[in-house]
Amino acid sequence: MKSLIQKLVETPGPSGFEYQIRDVVREAIGDAADEIRVDALGSLIAVKGKKTDQGLRVMVSAHIDEIGLMVTHIDDNGFVRFTNIGGINPLTCYGSRVLFMDGTRGVIGMDGLDAGKTPKLSDLFIDVGATSKEDCFVKVGDVCGFDRPFLDLGKRMVAKSMDDRISAAVAIEALKQIKTTPHEIHFVFSTQEEVGIRGATTAAYGVDPDLGFAVDVTRSGDTPRMAARMATALGDGPAIKVRDSSFIADPRLVDWMVRQAESARIPYQMEVLEAGGTDGRAIQLTRGGVPAGCVSIVCRYIHSPSEMVDTDDVENAVKLLVKLLSEPIELD
Amino acid sequence: MTTKLEATAGKVPEIGPSQLDLLEKLCNATAVSGDEHEVRQIVLEEIRSIADDLKIDALGNVLAARSGQGENRVRVMLAAHMDEIGFMIVKKHDDDLFEFERVGGIDERQLPGKPVLVGRDHIPGVIGAKPIHMTTAKERKSKIESSSLRIDLGPDIGSKVKPGDRATFATRFEVLGPSIRAKALDNRLGVATLIELLKHAPDNIDLLAAFTVQEEVGLRGAGVAAYAFDPDMAIAVDSTPAYDLPHWDTEDQNVQYNTRLEAGPAIYVMDRATIADQRLVALLTETGDKEGIPYQHRQPGGGGTDAGAIHRTRSGIPSISVSVPSRYAHTAAGIARLDDWANTLHLLHAALSRVTPELLAGERRD
Repeated sequence: MKSLIQKLVETPGPSGFEYQIRDVVREAIGDAADEIRVDALGSLIAVKGKKTDQGLRVMVSAHIDEIGLMVTHIDDNGFVRFTNIGGINPLTCYGSRVLFMDGTRGVIGMDGLDAGKTPKLSDLFIDVGATSKEDCFVKVGDVCGFDRPFLDLGKRMVAKSMDDRISAAVAIEALKQIKTTPHEIHFVFSTQEEVGIRGATTAAYGVDPDLGFAVDVTRSGDTPRMAARMATALGDGPAIKVRDSSFIADPRLVDWMVRQAESARIPYQMEVLEAGGTDGRAIQLTRGGVPAGCVSIVCRYIHSPSEMVDTDDVENAVKLLVKLLSEPIELD
Repeated sequence: MTTKLEATAGKVPEIGPSQLDLLEKLCNATAVSGDEHEVRQIVLEEIRSIADDLKIDALGNVLAARSGQGENRVRVMLAAHMDEIGFMIVKKHDDDLFEFERVGGIDERQLPGKPVLVGRDHIPGVIGAKPIHMTTAKERKSKIESSSLRIDLGPDIGSKVKPGDRATFATRFEVLGPSIRAKALDNRLGVATLIELLKHAPDNIDLLAAFTVQEEVGLRGAGVAAYAFDPDMAIAVDSTPAYDLPHWDTEDQNVQYNTRLEAGPAIYVMDRATIADQRLVALLTETGDKEGIPYQHRQPGGGGTDAGAIHRTRSGIPSISVSVPSRYAHTAAGIARLDDWANTLHLLHAALSRVTPELLAGERRD
C-alpha cells in the first residue's frame, strides 16, 4: 500500500487541476470496479456491487485535490506573484519548493528578506530561475503545488498532500478488498474540496445516494502546547466523526459505525472537529437530504508541506471501511 | 419580425448608436438586487421578438432560449445579472430623513454627499454630509458609518417613500470620447452584451440566455436559472474592476490590478467562487488569438460571478466567466472603454461560433 500512497501523494493536483491525479487513481483501481465514469467537474466515480434487497446506494467520497498556488503576475525581473488555491498558510511557504503542472519547478521567496516577520501571501513570490519577464516560462493562471517527496518513517508517513490522498488510498484499497456487499457503492474521488466542497456537491447530485460516507483527514490533538481542543491522537485508530464545522454526522450512523468497529475489534476514536469541513456536507445536503457520516484519518501539520499520518491508523481505516461497506446498514 | 431575425442571426454584432442608447437606458434604470423590474422590462422589450422560448421564473430571472439549426447542437447558457448594488430604505425619521442599509458590496467611505434616486419613481435625494465648515480636523480623518448617514428627500416628498424601497446612485450615463461613465456598468455591460448575442446568435448552438437576479447578494438567481436550463456549458458575462491606476507597472509595482482598461475582455481562470473549466479557457484564448481580438487574463483571486452558482448545479456544468473591465466598480460612477465592450462582444460571438460537441467530449482537463 505504501507504494500506492507514494504515487498518490507525489502527483500534483491542486483544486480544479486534477487531471493527472485522476489518471493515477484510475490506474490504481484497474479492473476492480464494475464501472468508472468522470463527471463535469472532473470527479472520478467508480461503482462496485449491485443493490440488493438489504442494500443501499452508498456514496463514499475522498477528495483528490490538494491546496496549491496560482500565478497572478510576473514582474519585469521574472519574479512570479501568486494567490492561494485553498487554505494556504503563508508561514509554511517561505523556502518551499513548488512544482507546476507542466513540470516546471521553483522556490518561494519573500519581499525584504526579513526573516523575523510573518509574511502575508502578498509578500511572497515564486522564483523559477528566470532573469526577466521574457524568459519566465510560467504565465498568469498557471498552477503549482508544493514539491516534497514522500517520507516513510516506518510507523509514521509524511507527505505534502496526505490531505486527502491518504483517504484516496484508503478508498482504493477498500474498493479492492471488498469481496461481497449488499450495496451498490459509488466510490467518488472528488475534486475541488479545498475551495469549498464543490466536486462532491455535483457528484452527490449525480449519484443520488441513499447514504454516504466521506473519508478525509482530521486534525490531531497530540502535539506540544495544542491551542485547539482536540481529543484525537495519531495511532489511536481511524476517527469516527461526530461533527465538523460543515456538517453534523447522522447520529444513527455514528452509533452504527461505532458498533461495527467494536464488533470487528478495530481500534477507533471519536472526532469532534471545531474548524474544518468535508465532503460529508455535500452528501448530506444533496437533493432531499441524505444520512451521512465520515471516517477520518488523524493527521498532524495539516495544510503544511509535511503532513503526517500513522501507518496503523491507515490500515485500520481500510479495515473499518471494508467492514462498513460489506454488511447491511441499520439505522435506529 | 422573421425577416429582421434572419438579417441579423449569426452576423457579427457591432456597437453603434442604437447599442449605446440601449446601454444608456439600462444603466440609468434602477434594479437593486431583489427588485430588478425596470431592467427586466427593458430586456423583455428587446428580446421578445427574437427568443424562441421566453419565460420569467419564480425569482424573476428572464430565461430566453434561441435554438440553432442542424444536429448535435451544444446547449450553451449565457448569464448576465440584471441587478446592481444600491440601498434599501429601512426607517423614516423626522424631517423626511431616511435611514438606509446597503445592498451588495459598497464601501461606506464613499457615501456622504452622493445624490441618489429613491424608489420606482426615481425620487431625487442626497446622502447628506456634514459641511466642512462644521467639522473638526479629527472628524475629517475618520470614516462615517453608514448607519449614521441619512438620505434627505425634503418635506412633502418623503410621504411617497416607505421602508423597503430601493435607491441607487443618481449618476446619469455619459459617453466621454472613447469611454463611458455610468453607475451600474456592473453589470449592464453584461446585460447589453447578452442582448446583442441573442440578436446575433450563431446557428451552431442553442443559446440559453439568463438575465439573472440577486447576483450582488450572493449569486442567488443564477443557480435556479442553471437548474432550469440544465445546459451543457455556461459562460457568465459580467464586468470586473480595473485597478490599473498609476504605478501599476512602475518600479514599485502594483501587482494587484485585477484587470486593465484597453486590454480587452477579461477571461477568468479562477476567482473565489469558480475554477474555470480549462477547455473553455482554451476556447476563448484560442479564439482571441485566431481572430486577432485582444483579451487579458483577469488576475486569479477574489470576487465571484454567476458562474460560481452555475457550475455547481445538478451534476456539474463546465463554466467560465468573461468580463468587461471597468474602473471604480461598486461606486457612484464607473469608467469603461467602448473598445473593451466591443471586443468582449466580438470575442464571445466568435467563440460561440466555434463551439462543437467535441469541445466537451473528453474529460475536464488541466
